[in-house]
Amino acid sequence: MTSDEILRVEHLKKYFPVEKGFLERLLTTSRRFVKAVDDISFSINKGEVFSLVGESGCGKSTTGRLVVRLIEPTAGQVFFEQKNITEIEKGAFREYRRKLQIIFQDPYASLNPRMKVGQAVGHPLEIHHLEKGDEERKKVLEILQRVGLTPPEQFINLYPHQLSGGQRQRIAMARSIILNPEFIVADEPVSMIDVSLRTTIIDLMLELRKEFDLTYLFITHDLAIAKYISHRIAIMYLGKIVEMGDKNEIFSNPMHPYTQALMSSIPVPNPERKRKAIELKGEVSSAIDIPKGCRFNPRCPYADKKCKAAEPELIPVKPNHLVSCYQTKA
Amino acid sequence: MIEQTNAESHLLTVNGLTVEYWTRRGKIRAVENASFTLDRRETLGVVGESGSGKSTLGLSLIKLVPYPGRIVSGDINLEGQNIRRMKDEEMRDVRGRRISYVFQDPMTSLNPVEKIKDHFVELIQTHEPKVSKTQALERANQLFRDVGIQEERISDYPHQLSGGMRQRVMIALALALNPSVIIADEPTTALDVVVQAKILDLLNTLRDRYGMALILITHDLSIVLQRSDKIIVMYAGRIVEYASSVDLYSSTQHPYSQGLLNSIPNIELIDQKLEAIEGSPPDLLNPPKGCRFWPRCSFAMPECRIEEPPLFETKKNHLVRCYLYKDETNDQ
Repeated sequence: MTSDEILRVEHLKKYFPVEKGFLERLLTTSRRFVKAVDDISFSINKGEVFSLVGESGCGKSTTGRLVVRLIEPTAGQVFFEQKNITEIEKGAFREYRRKLQIIFQDPYASLNPRMKVGQAVGHPLEIHHLEKGDEERKKVLEILQRVGLTPPEQFINLYPHQLSGGQRQRIAMARSIILNPEFIVADEPVSMIDVSLRTTIIDLMLELRKEFDLTYLFITHDLAIAKYISHRIAIMYLGKIVEMGDKNEIFSNPMHPYTQALMSSIPVPNPERKRKAIELKGEVSSAIDIPKGCRFNPRCPYADKKCKAAEPELIPVKPNHLVSCYQTKA
Repeated sequence: MIEQTNAESHLLTVNGLTVEYWTRRGKIRAVENASFTLDRRETLGVVGESGSGKSTLGLSLIKLVPYPGRIVSGDINLEGQNIRRMKDEEMRDVRGRRISYVFQDPMTSLNPVEKIKDHFVELIQTHEPKVSKTQALERANQLFRDVGIQEERISDYPHQLSGGMRQRVMIALALALNPSVIIADEPTTALDVVVQAKILDLLNTLRDRYGMALILITHDLSIVLQRSDKIIVMYAGRIVEYASSVDLYSSTQHPYSQGLLNSIPNIELIDQKLEAIEGSPPDLLNPPKGCRFWPRCSFAMPECRIEEPPLFETKKNHLVRCYLYKDETNDQ
């Protein structure tokens, strides 16, 4: 634990019960669970951009939602500024709702189609009993200007359907930062935005981080974007972090076979650079029946007896480089 | 200006293809004056953002542009035959047998209440009525081996397969009638990167094995640069650059193509600085006068705002729609 740590997650788990059919409910008593997040721990320092990277279904979005307590964990704790926010009662949590914000992937679904931009951006102020009336309007205009929606006087009277995807994502940013938060979870914020506009949104996020002293938990499936934006990265596979560390360390020296395969599969924009993707056997296992031992072993090219027997722990192999694999040597 | 080609010598020759959507609010030219060629064992990448016309271009090649779209001019010569002039009944024989299409989302292309094998039997027997069910199933099994799925999965329903397997099924269906051209429209956009690499490898392998040509439509410039022999860059309905992938990468010409290249992160570079393209694509109901890209272009000159530039051939088989290159034209 360091002094500038802002968020710490300890042994976080989220199991979703599997719905059973009528007959099955009568005949069986055992319950089955989708182990979306299965015991992960990490910490984020103030001002840092920390990325969770993984394929669909690896639990990265669930982790994001757990961190801001949109859903309750099955087990484990989340500490924000050294306070265990998983224990705080619902009513008292409001203060943390303001400090911990989340931006979603789909800017078409995350804005109320019947609310004008001005209302949508000012709404959080009303909910938290902050600025009202003229002051609210002033603040909304200021924030819209800041996220690049100019002239703001024109934008406040528009409805979401009159805006492009990039503009909507700017509204989502505006709505989060109007509350002066300290921590933002950004869940795939640019994956639905066209390539030529993506960079402007990412750059805006990075500028706002400096200006408002923000810390980001950035969730993405795209390693290349994670590499561009983050200080540290954690790679998730089937509910677990398999590798975590400094960005440059992870990219220059990926150790987990899954990270290596993931990196080798990413297309590089250069026709003369022929890369050979590392072949993985089969497909991601089900999060209901997680393989015994290392959960990656059925697909791993290096798996041996040990890997099938017990799950490896996430252990440091270097300062600030942790790997969960028996086959890597420090 | 545009390469003069003998329609007979290429597998596919598209000339001056223009597609419009006649909406209530006005006419939208989704594709304007597109010309290109394609040979066997060749991959053509078509790259552009949403609304650039890349999917409309793909769909127009099998004459399936959705209502209210229509092809207003141009020729599509496939193996010496102009399919633009064909009647609907004739087109049915072209689709699947000579050109097939792989869509982005396999779940919406497969019938959820029909087993995978029934899709094959239906497809094969519709086009080849003389083939028996057993023969059709035999062919389906062979196709399953080709695309790397275990044969027993052929009796599954679509929902029992993973996203990657469904896309393999779509590719197998596209191959079933032995076409000369496969058009794959964002075939891997819904898939994870590990699966994406496998599917793209598979398309390449099958292209070579069966001597087909492949048109790969995607928004992902990295993919087309790595997987295609030549590339069309589309912007607001126009081909703005058309070159071999090596040329497009090593001597990128159009400011939009340069902007795209500078805005995508490359995992192999350290401390890369990404540059954004300012502004956003135009509304095609109200396109800017002159070059469609000038409002976002940092090189825009007065003439760019007056008249749209033609395609200049700056070197053999490298075409660019930009006045910056008007003096570099490679005159034969």
